[in-house]
Amino acid sequence: MTTATDFEVRNRDSIGLRVQHVLHGNPVLGPLAVLLVATVAFSIVNQRFIAAANLSLVLAQVTVIATLALGQTLIILTAGIDLSAGAIAVFSSILMANFCVKAGMPGVLALLLGLACGTAMGALNGFLVTRIKLPPFIVTLGTLTIFFSLNAVVSQSETVRGADMPSLMTWTGESIRFGQFQVTYGSIVMLVLFGFFFYALSWTAWGKHVYATGDDVEAARLAGIRTGRVLFSVYTIAGLLYATAGWILIGRLASASPNVGTEYNLDSITAVVLGGTSLFGGRGGVIGTLIGALIVGVFRNGLQLAGVEVVWQGFAIGLLVLIAVSLDQWIRKVKA
Amino acid sequence: MTTPVLEAKSLTKRYGRVVAIDGSDLELYPGEILAVIGDNGAGKSSLIKALSGALVPDSGEIRLDGEPVRFRNPMDARAAGIETVYQTLAVAPGLDIADNLFLGREERRAGPLGSIFRMLDRKHMRSEARRHMSDLGVGTLQNIRQAVESLSGGQRQAVAVARSAAFGSKVVILDEPTAALGVKEGNRVLQLIRDVRDRGLPVILISHNMPHVFEVADRIHIQRLGRRVAVITPNSHSMSDAVAIMTGAAPPPEG
Repeated sequence: MTTATDFEVRNRDSIGLRVQHVLHGNPVLGPLAVLLVATVAFSIVNQRFIAAANLSLVLAQVTVIATLALGQTLIILTAGIDLSAGAIAVFSSILMANFCVKAGMPGVLALLLGLACGTAMGALNGFLVTRIKLPPFIVTLGTLTIFFSLNAVVSQSETVRGADMPSLMTWTGESIRFGQFQVTYGSIVMLVLFGFFFYALSWTAWGKHVYATGDDVEAARLAGIRTGRVLFSVYTIAGLLYATAGWILIGRLASASPNVGTEYNLDSITAVVLGGTSLFGGRGGVIGTLIGALIVGVFRNGLQLAGVEVVWQGFAIGLLVLIAVSLDQWIRKVKA
Repeated sequence: MTTPVLEAKSLTKRYGRVVAIDGSDLELYPGEILAVIGDNGAGKSSLIKALSGALVPDSGEIRLDGEPVRFRNPMDARAAGIETVYQTLAVAPGLDIADNLFLGREERRAGPLGSIFRMLDRKHMRSEARRHMSDLGVGTLQNIRQAVESLSGGQRQAVAVARSAAFGSKVVILDEPTAALGVKEGNRVLQLIRDVRDRGLPVILISHNMPHVFEVADRIHIQRLGRRVAVITPNSHSMSDAVAIMTGAAPPPEG
């Protein structure tokens, strides 16, 4: 029990407590340290890792997952979870491709319509969570299955080649050079979105309401926040972000394939957790998620260059997730 | 006789066959602390929820400054100037003190930054938060950017009370504000409650803690079986009288 009197702040904490407090105040520090240490370590093991070409590759590899994880972060901040993230992304990419190829739409129209469809899928999740009041896990488990099944129906299990689509569809896979670095337009879109949501979460009332709702939904409601609206907006916006990830996916694969993306859900959740966002809601942020996605990318790529077999990459990342969650539990126990 | 700031007349609320409020009255006069006491299930919470908009009564009337009002939700009551500090505190533990003070009524920057980019005026909100906290003598909290979850129970309560005092223009309702606190912090919060009254805001205080009630209340409303059975003052009755009336062991005083 605390014996603090007269609302004064105590100043005699052990080192462990202080570390806990610092991490509590700056949840990005932990993941950032992991990312830096991993980068240095992999560079020592294999110097090719730090080469501009390889770092460019890592960034391109994490772009789709990072974009998905951005939407996932918003939902996890509200203490929810979205298992349908990957399904919405893949289904949206298939819809965009088929709008072009089968319906003969121009690229811009197909893109906008595809994004609208993804948004609608997110809104469906939001409707089920806020109106029917089902747990997010169950809702998105259901819609995950539904979207993948619709995906198979629409695509007829056929891959649409990028060459058959308008160039706007594969634009996200093209890149520009910054000195030695090659950055895809998809990565730039992703980074702009992260910047935008960083701003929205920390500088707008909507952002504060997202955190408050995730922290304690009843308290937020009593404080006058319309929590239903906040949750609905979060799921809907996440849908739009997943559809954007679908667009980036077309550029990355130079095709729209219905058979990819089964592992995207868990990868996006992994990135969020590694980035220090709490699965219990209200804690974390998008910068952490970007770092989390990069950690996954750096580990996969670095282990490969270090000659570690592919099967062990999953092992290492699983281990990281467990450490991250344990750390989160510890940080949340912070006391006055 | 002065008009009550807040007045409830024969409020009723039923949940199926359970009667939570059974034609209860309540009057709160300007500049007073009115304590509401009652046994568990006497309908204290339901009565308070009706006054703060968290519950819509089946029948009866609520008057604010003599004018009939209807609250459909807590926002309505807040807009009318009634601020409530719930037992659960209704704070967001992960947000800092300033954010919590302005939760649900954030202020935006002037000009296009605010209107187009919806940018919050964090600087202004922080300085206002600091002012409100020191107005109530809780200036010892140096860091307004501290997360509320890193505060002690009394400090959190102080944040919640400061918020209600800062934004309540008519009435402040406090539900069990000292329940989870130690002796020292409890006394500190009682002083906060007096400070709020002395700044001109009448307070409704719901509490189980008889010593606390008798220490700060100007009048004591006793709720029993869903209705008001008596209004006493700390001078007219003793604590044991109050408990006896509350539990039905003694008949309520006449008049």
